[in-house]
Amino acid sequence: MFTIEAKRVLTPVTKLIVVQAPMVARKARPGQFVILRCTESGERIPLTIADYDREKGTITLVYQEVGKTTRLLGRMGVGDAILDLVGPLGMPAELPREGRVLCVGGGVGVAPVYPKAKAMHEMGVDVVSIIGARSADLLILEEEMRAVSTAVYVATDDGSRGHHGFVSDVIKQLLERGEQFDEIIAVGPILMMRACVEVTRPYGVKTWVSMNPIMVDGTGMCGACRLSVDGKTKFCCVDGPMFDGHAVDWAEAVRRSRIYLEEEKIAVDHMNCAEGGCRP
Amino acid sequence: MTSKGSRVEMPRQAPKERIKNFYEVALGYTPEMAMETARYCIQCKKPGCVKGCPVNVKIPEFIEKIAEGDFAAASRIVKETNSLPAICGRVCPQEEQCEKYCVLGKKGEPVAIGRLERFVADWEAENMKIDTPPEPVHPTGKKVAVVGSGPAGLTCAGDLAKMGYRVTIFEALHAAGGVLVYGIPEFRLPKSVVAREVEYVKSLGVEILTNVIVGRTITVDDLFEEGYEAVFLGTGAGLPKFMGIPGENLNGVYSANEWLTRTNLMKAYLFPEYDTPIKTGRRVAVVGGGNVAMDAVRCALRLGAEEAYIIYRRSEQEMPARAEEVENAHEEGVVFKFLTNPVEVIGNEAGWVTGLKCIKMELGEPDASGRRRPVPVQGSEFVIPVDTVVMALGTSPNPIVSQTTPGLRIHDWGGLIVEEQTGLTTREGVYAGGDAVTGSATVILAMGAGKTAASAIHRYLTEKQGR
Ligand SMILES: Cc1cc2nc3c(=O)[nH]c(=O)nc-3n(C[C@H](O)[C@H](O)[C@H](O)COP(=O)(O)OP(=O)(O)OC[C@H]3O[C@@H](n4cnc5c(N)ncnc54)[C@H](O)[C@@H]3O)c2cc1C
Ligand code: FES
Repeated sequence: MFTIEAKRVLTPVTKLIVVQAPMVARKARPGQFVILRCTESGERIPLTIADYDREKGTITLVYQEVGKTTRLLGRMGVGDAILDLVGPLGMPAELPREGRVLCVGGGVGVAPVYPKAKAMHEMGVDVVSIIGARSADLLILEEEMRAVSTAVYVATDDGSRGHHGFVSDVIKQLLERGEQFDEIIAVGPILMMRACVEVTRPYGVKTWVSMNPIMVDGTGMCGACRLSVDGKTKFCCVDGPMFDGHAVDWAEAVRRSRIYLEEEKIAVDHMNCAEGGCRP
Repeated sequence: MTSKGSRVEMPRQAPKERIKNFYEVALGYTPEMAMETARYCIQCKKPGCVKGCPVNVKIPEFIEKIAEGDFAAASRIVKETNSLPAICGRVCPQEEQCEKYCVLGKKGEPVAIGRLERFVADWEAENMKIDTPPEPVHPTGKKVAVVGSGPAGLTCAGDLAKMGYRVTIFEALHAAGGVLVYGIPEFRLPKSVVAREVEYVKSLGVEILTNVIVGRTITVDDLFEEGYEAVFLGTGAGLPKFMGIPGENLNGVYSANEWLTRTNLMKAYLFPEYDTPIKTGRRVAVVGGGNVAMDAVRCALRLGAEEAYIIYRRSEQEMPARAEEVENAHEEGVVFKFLTNPVEVIGNEAGWVTGLKCIKMELGEPDASGRRRPVPVQGSEFVIPVDTVVMALGTSPNPIVSQTTPGLRIHDWGGLIVEEQTGLTTREGVYAGGDAVTGSATVILAMGAGKTAASAIHRYLTEKQGR
């Protein structure tokens, strides 16, 4: 069973859980993800594997409570078991083994950036990081990122910590002052990744992004996760989730991520309603 | 011998009613109806029906037992060769198999063999205790791994368990049953019927591990290392096809796999009681003419679509779907656009589907398959206004296992290469069958392939021990 072994509240809306999943832990590599379902009537949602421990047979997941499934997950505590969990899915990230790499994490996206930064750091790559959030209290994994980076820059939308603005602004500043990177890895909300990609495009620095489209099975069976890369249709769950950000059709990816916005709201309302929190 | 009974129609929910629910359309025979239908069979000495059945069910024999009212005996006869009769009785294309060869069909109507098969299976489920060993025994002590829990995998696992093997099924999804649970809708094959068959296989001692993707969570090599002495691949043909026309990634375009998985496996028709949503739209066009297309379009109606179209590039005669489902779809008000082929999906500024641009086709010279090839009529493009488009163009086998298993060879279209008589792949100890080998086919063929492979695996492991 996929029992939750440990839980940390990173911010009021961001939680980290360590889950017993020995078969997944044995195979997991940085960049891969799992799909899980909390209840018999639940939805299947993808979450990036933020860390894994092959010996203990556990994987670490970090999520922000946005939709119904992540809220349900948020309420689960140590000892509770996740009904279904399958993985590791997707292609492992092809990480450089040398050189200088800029790792950028926005919001909950810092979680999936961390294992990549850590792996590169261990291989001897010079890792520079930018982490961002809406405000200081929503920043996550700063300590962990500092431990594997030679420099960490912080940005908050409201200016409560570090740069007042977006992580993409900081990328721009670094590139403008002539800092050299062999690659950039940017992970976070889709609009943040798009902004980062637009900033790096004129500089021609290879910029990897980790796409997180709507998924159902995660094995290439449904095509819900399709996106256009270099004008060709790709299935994110088997061809990704890492793609060359300069080749992604962002307008399409953004609008496809919004297909069920209305339904997501209905699902949350329905959940509140069922719990007596119904608005008349 | 002359016919005494008659081919009794099976009661069905009225079209107007049934498009408002997901309950089963065909309601089943009463014992009286079954006996009347059974008496219609003239018990041929050389029955054509049996040859038409891919697993050679002893059809006249079981029908005779029904006519005598001995349903238990009938059920035992069916189960000798068909381990999934409740499913096959509902979904086999009988008009292409057993019933096609029924002598009575030459002049009038054939015996309703499929309906009788369903009747005995349902009767057994309600009235008989399935006779299984109380304690599963594994006298051979050998472990066999089965990948995929569709009809091929379930059958292979069940047969091997009966022969004394310790069998584990590894299934990628969270539920067992393959296409029977994620593809074929409740109104045609109730999930309780599938669950019954899955429970039966478990009762034989088979362990089913869901949420395991072979090739990701564990590889075929790992399985051998963990002591499995043979592996059966019943991984199906799960990869969707798209047409490659402009607009296919617009919001509102679904593969049939996604459309059906959301609806059936995830129960989107019960949203928001169930969490998985689906965007039905007011007008839905389904592209294709097979069973998958019929299921998709009939789901559309039940999900609330006001207009539902089938867009098919050939004519009605060429449609590969089961005749009964085409008839059901007609009755339910599906609009069929034959000799019509999509050329573009049209969308609005926000990226949502607003229409399907199609071109008229006409039948030209026969192609390699002998069917007349549809060719486009120049300048005949027109737009059907729709909100949703579902692509039901066929599927191909998923490459995850073949890509991660050294020595496993595939055809260029993705099907696993096997020895026909045994299902042996190009790698020792690895067998395969069902859609993974043939491409999308039928439940009965997948089941038959599972059986063939089970006996081949038994022979292989017996010989290996002797070596
Ligand atoms: C909508 C629809 C309607 C149909 N209607 C009919 C009909 O009316 N009559 C008829 O006879 N046939 C019908 N068919 C075809 C029939 O369902 C298939 O031919 C049959 O199910 C094939 O059985 P299978 O066991 O080979 O594969 P499947 O049923 O496809 O099962 C394969 C299983 O393997 C699992 N799997 C795949 N890869 C892996 C992996 N790497 N690791 C672990 N598990 C894996 C899949 O998740 C799946 O559960 C229909 C098909 C569809 C899609
Ligand atoms: S999630 Fe279904 S194909 Fe990728």
